[in-house]
Amino acid sequence: MESIDQLREELLAAVEQAADLAALDEVRVKALGKKGRITAEMKGLGALDPDQRKATGQALNLVKDAVARAIEGRKSAMEAAQLDAQLAAETLDVTLPVESQPQGRIHPISQVIDEILVILGDMGFRVAEGPDVEDDWHNFTALNIPPDHPARQEHDTFYLPGAAGADGSPGERRVLRTHTSPVQIRTMQAGGPPFRVIVPGRTYRSDPDATHSPMFHQVEGLLVDEQTHMGHLKGCLEDFCRAFFGMDDLPVRFRPSYFPFTEPSAEVDIGCTREGGQLRIGHGGDWLEVLGAGMVNPNVLKNCGVDPENYQGFAFGMGVERMAMLKYGVPDLRTFFESDLRWLRHYGFASLDMPSLTGGLNR
Amino acid sequence: MKFTLGWLKHHLETEAALDEVLDRLTMVGLEVEQVTDRAAGLETFVVGEVLDAKQHPNADRLRVCQVATGTETVELVCGAPNARTGLKGVFAPSGAQIPGTGITLKPTEIRGVTSNGMLLSEREMGLSDEHDGIVELPEDAQVGDRAVDVMGLADPVIEIAITPNRGDCLGVHGIARDLAASGLGSLQPLDISAVAGSFDSPIKVALDFTPETASACSKFVGRTIRGVKNGPSPKWLQDRLIAIGLRPISALVDVTNYIAYEYDRPLHVFDAAKITGDIHARLARPGEKLLALNETEYTLDPEMTVIADTAGVEAVAGVVGGMASGCTDATTDVFLEVAYFDPVRTAMTGRKLNLQTDARYRFERGVDPDFLDDACEIATRLIIELCGGKASHVVSAGAGPEWRRTLDFRLSKVAGLGGTEVPDTEAKRILEVLGFGIEAETDRRLTVAVPSWRGDVVSESCLVEEIIRLYGYDRIPARSVVRDEALMGDVLNADQKRRARTRRLLAERGLVEAVTYSFLPAADAARFGGVADGLKLLNPISADLDVMRPSILPNLLAAAARNAARGTSDVALFEIGPQFYGGEPGDQEVVAAGLRVGRTGPRHWSGRDRAVDVFDAKADAQAVLADLGLPADRGQIIPEAPAWYHPGRSGVIRLGPMVLAAFGEIHPAILKAVDVASCAVGFEIFFDKLPAAKPKKSAAKPHLELSPLQPVARDFAFVVDQDVPAAKIVGAAFAADKAMISDVRLFDLYEGDRLGVGKKSLAVNVILQPVDKTLTDAEIDAVAEKVVAKVVKATGGELRS
Repeated sequence: MESIDQLREELLAAVEQAADLAALDEVRVKALGKKGRITAEMKGLGALDPDQRKATGQALNLVKDAVARAIEGRKSAMEAAQLDAQLAAETLDVTLPVESQPQGRIHPISQVIDEILVILGDMGFRVAEGPDVEDDWHNFTALNIPPDHPARQEHDTFYLPGAAGADGSPGERRVLRTHTSPVQIRTMQAGGPPFRVIVPGRTYRSDPDATHSPMFHQVEGLLVDEQTHMGHLKGCLEDFCRAFFGMDDLPVRFRPSYFPFTEPSAEVDIGCTREGGQLRIGHGGDWLEVLGAGMVNPNVLKNCGVDPENYQGFAFGMGVERMAMLKYGVPDLRTFFESDLRWLRHYGFASLDMPSLTGGLNR
Repeated sequence: MKFTLGWLKHHLETEAALDEVLDRLTMVGLEVEQVTDRAAGLETFVVGEVLDAKQHPNADRLRVCQVATGTETVELVCGAPNARTGLKGVFAPSGAQIPGTGITLKPTEIRGVTSNGMLLSEREMGLSDEHDGIVELPEDAQVGDRAVDVMGLADPVIEIAITPNRGDCLGVHGIARDLAASGLGSLQPLDISAVAGSFDSPIKVALDFTPETASACSKFVGRTIRGVKNGPSPKWLQDRLIAIGLRPISALVDVTNYIAYEYDRPLHVFDAAKITGDIHARLARPGEKLLALNETEYTLDPEMTVIADTAGVEAVAGVVGGMASGCTDATTDVFLEVAYFDPVRTAMTGRKLNLQTDARYRFERGVDPDFLDDACEIATRLIIELCGGKASHVVSAGAGPEWRRTLDFRLSKVAGLGGTEVPDTEAKRILEVLGFGIEAETDRRLTVAVPSWRGDVVSESCLVEEIIRLYGYDRIPARSVVRDEALMGDVLNADQKRRARTRRLLAERGLVEAVTYSFLPAADAARFGGVADGLKLLNPISADLDVMRPSILPNLLAAAARNAARGTSDVALFEIGPQFYGGEPGDQEVVAAGLRVGRTGPRHWSGRDRAVDVFDAKADAQAVLADLGLPADRGQIIPEAPAWYHPGRSGVIRLGPMVLAAFGEIHPAILKAVDVASCAVGFEIFFDKLPAAKPKKSAAKPHLELSPLQPVARDFAFVVDQDVPAAKIVGAAFAADKAMISDVRLFDLYEGDRLGVGKKSLAVNVILQPVDKTLTDAEIDAVAEKVVAKVVKATGGELRS
């Protein structure tokens, strides 16, 4: 028995002394392999008498198990150490900065138009569009602004020469539309009532005032059917202003005004305060004009072939940049068109900032 | 339009306080722009009388005054040269704050004499810069009365905006009429009693026009007033004129200004001694000149109406009078002109002469065509009251324009259009106070006569507006607008949705949206194809915004240059908007243009940042087209692009003959011209050229076939001539077996000495998707052979060994 104990000691010592996985495997082969020492001892059992064979066999099996366990344990430890070493060698400085994803932005004009479309779209308005270059009739005459009307002088119109005739005769002078209202005319001429459209678009005025811009954007609205009256106009624009500025109780005021293409006409103010020189929208006893509106003038309907005895409705218009300035606190109109990346990143919106009724209209 | 509260109350009997008047003005459509309470901060100053003024014992320029203040007599020190015994001035007691200096007074010892209060200059009162002496009040001012009352400052000045249709409210009386109709008080009637004439006017009037031009001046009323004494007008009149910013000149001139503002009735007074012969209105003769009252000489043309005598032009009708026949202090006989001038012609004349006057402002908006005779009497009475004299009989020519008009009016329209029920009695009251006549009424249908001063009221809806405007817009109940079944459908149409998607997609790809002007400098346009004559603005706002843009790219390049100048040289911008190819309505198309300049990002330790190249622009264009339903393998890439791109590094994406997009490096010559120092690549997507979006019958997606069989991939490298386009190899490989080859990806490009001059190697990864059974090696080899054969045949190259 002493030799088995000795064998066990020797083998376990060899396992313990194996320096690496290769050496350990060598130990395993020498102990447990086909020609290994335990295997050899096992083979020698046949020469023993049955009692001795049984006892020695059991003892050898215990040794075999012990050695196998020792090898497994040693192997796990070595693998763990090796992995540790490998991982240690693979260490990276995770404080290094990542590559920055270029951030695109949506221009506030586009964003505000999208917001307006969401609100008015929910009221059943659909988008209509028209050309930037207009003829005099669509931009003025059809809108009840005849050639000698004083309102024409207030429009500061840009002119284009118009296409010359085949014989070289000068063409009819064209205008850059001074408002989006000519699209009202084109919409009504193109189909029959009822009409319910909104018209976002570029408009142009040659106002030399340094705080103005020769180009700006408007959103026009037109609703014509058999029964819509001034009360609906009030409801539509009150609801709109409160949704757009995100204030359920925003004061909204309708005040008589004048536009050639509407009658009655109104200007729409929202509540604000100017305390401390700071404009804040909401309650506070002061007012800020945001929209022009009115019931479509019967002459305009007639000019579009719509019978004003049977149809009536309202129209309104607002300046997109002005709405953006008020809502998002942009101080200067002209900066909208300068394409200064610092400005665009600051006042612009992420591509995922999609205004919606479910996700909200404010960012 | 400016007036004072007191002046208004002269025409409107009302108990309403200032705030109520202001609120009502705005709510009837006469928007209050500014209110100036000139008395604010001056209320504690009183009339003080200098009982005694003595030289200061210790100062040459100072006087010691005993001043009676109404409650006491105080001693004060005053440095004003006009401080003298008997003077009545504006006294500020100790404790008062002086508006002009901000100082609060307290008893102060000045060189040994205690000064208790102060006599004020206009500057110290904050009224003007006048500081040469202290204010001198009239001798009859009562000591102890509020100085603001004595000085006519207690009356707040109101400024309102007048819309172009409401010329009638360019007179205080018209404003009072609107307020009365709104229920704020009652309108005081005009005193239009005639002033009896005592002699025939030696100056007669005539209208000298052809029938075609007769409307230029359709009525002229006048009269001579003899024996007037011109001089300063009385204080009440001066106070009103000063309050609204007019300078009092002389009684005769002030009367005409006053009546313009009181009744919206401009008129003119000539010095009769300087009129030669009779007066007539006619069109100017070519080149006629007039030295006007503003000391400027104007050259007139035959489109302009003038008032002339036998010597020549004496006034530009409805715009400005002449210097030669103007009234002076020496004037003793005057001729009063009250005429009706055509609004359009007056406006045109004023524009041509570049001359804005109170008269022109009123005539061009249309003054009351039936208020000439009465105005003549009112003016005559006022002149005689202020200047004395005797009036002649009235002379007159012409009948004035036809203005009488009746309108059919259904009272039901007030609620039907205006959206609120106004009691019929109230509706009719409003109309009548406004001067409308109700001539007949049956079943709530009225026949309404429009007053002469309301040329703007021409239809039933005008009458609805009048009634609800004065009843109050705030009394119209709001009714929400809800979706209409008959108008269901998406808010955006297919084209608009494409643009909206593209905008978000490009922003998602790291491009920043810009909105730039539709116009640009002609030089910029020229580099991008130039513009037709029809796109050159006749009146550009500035020389560098003079043509409509033929492309968006030049604006983005200019933006890139500006950003570089501000320190941002890596730029990624896009814009979606119109570009123009002709000057007629509709000669425009919608384009998404993008520009990347410089590097892909800031310098990074990984070294993965790099200069932008043509493939960045191509990727942008293809991403947009793919999102719009045109995957990259459907469009054909043709290496021909517009001249503003680098000829060897650009292309267009075509579908059949239609160019859907262009991309490439921007031509270096253009970059140099527009001061962009780094490499720039751009793309343009022509939305209007895209195949129309087909409306989908159903939202359901097409049936999905998922093969259970694993795809097989094989790589092939080919050596071809340098000028063989990669697309040719990919296309040929695809064509080798259309049923089985599901994808061909080009993954390697090698150009090097080992291949020989003029050669390159391109490697593709071909994916075979088995259809119904796993492929055998022999089948795979067969397809591979076909791929090689096709590519070799198409390119003339060979399989790289």
